[in-house]
Amino acid sequence: MVQYNSSRVNASFAALSDATRRGVLEQLGRADASITDLADKFHMTLTGMKKHVGVLEHAGLVTTEKVGRVRTCKLGPRQLEEEAAWIERYRQLWAARFDELDKVVEELKRREKADERRKKKRADP
Amino acid sequence: MKNQTTTERKSERELVVTRTINGPARLVFEAWTKPELLKRWWVPKSIGLTLLSCEMDVRVGGGYRLVFAGNPEPIAFFGKYLEVTPHSRLCWSNDESPDGAITTVTFEESGGKTRVVVHDLYPSKEVLDAAIASESTGGFTEQFEQLDELLVTLGASAGRLES
Repeated sequence: MVQYNSSRVNASFAALSDATRRGVLEQLGRADASITDLADKFHMTLTGMKKHVGVLEHAGLVTTEKVGRVRTCKLGPRQLEEEAAWIERYRQLWAARFDELDKVVEELKRREKADERRKKKRADP
Repeated sequence: MKNQTTTERKSERELVVTRTINGPARLVFEAWTKPELLKRWWVPKSIGLTLLSCEMDVRVGGGYRLVFAGNPEPIAFFGKYLEVTPHSRLCWSNDESPDGAITTVTFEESGGKTRVVVHDLYPSKEVLDAAIASESTGGFTEQFEQLDELLVTLGASAGRLES
């Protein structure tokens, strides 16, 4: 298990230590793309891009699927975990906001009650 | 006890946040529509941002503008109110980016408590994907820039050892 994890981490390190491969991940974060699209975008040969995608695929960062003659690349399961992590961070931001909102609303409630008491007193004969 | 906050990517174009606040909709709505109150909760300390100013003209067609301290320039978030229905519904645009989301907030009161639903609708799947990717890989980029520096340092010290 440890072996598996450390080899996975090594694969990720190797995959991400290259600027082109990091660019490919950013690109795929925007939209799925074929190897040909990616090769064009990064001004590379098809063979060169295939190698980069192979490294990313091996690290679990990208998955590819061949339909007809076109191989389409998309973000792999590890990148999808990134989306889940993003949504969790977004939740934490809102939870922190709402915790503060709770305090503001508590204070408004207290103020309202105090006002009511004052009004009642004034209304008393 | 704090109430639970949930977030969900409801569809390819939508993000939804929900939370119940222990108070009537009237007061919760007030806290969303008075700048002096919004200022006190919109920017929790944990996010590490400083709100410099907050202007809100809460009526249909009215604008809002929140300015945060930034480096080097302050960062402004702004837009227009599209719907204002007291105590139950607010809707505004996010115009700081050409493909900003439309935010709709609903307030449903029941038994003295108010369920708040914040709904962000993005113009396309691609825009929401990119918003998520830019932030998640944004953090990534920073980490890997640090890694690059580390590799350069290690490479340099390995070089020294060899020579």
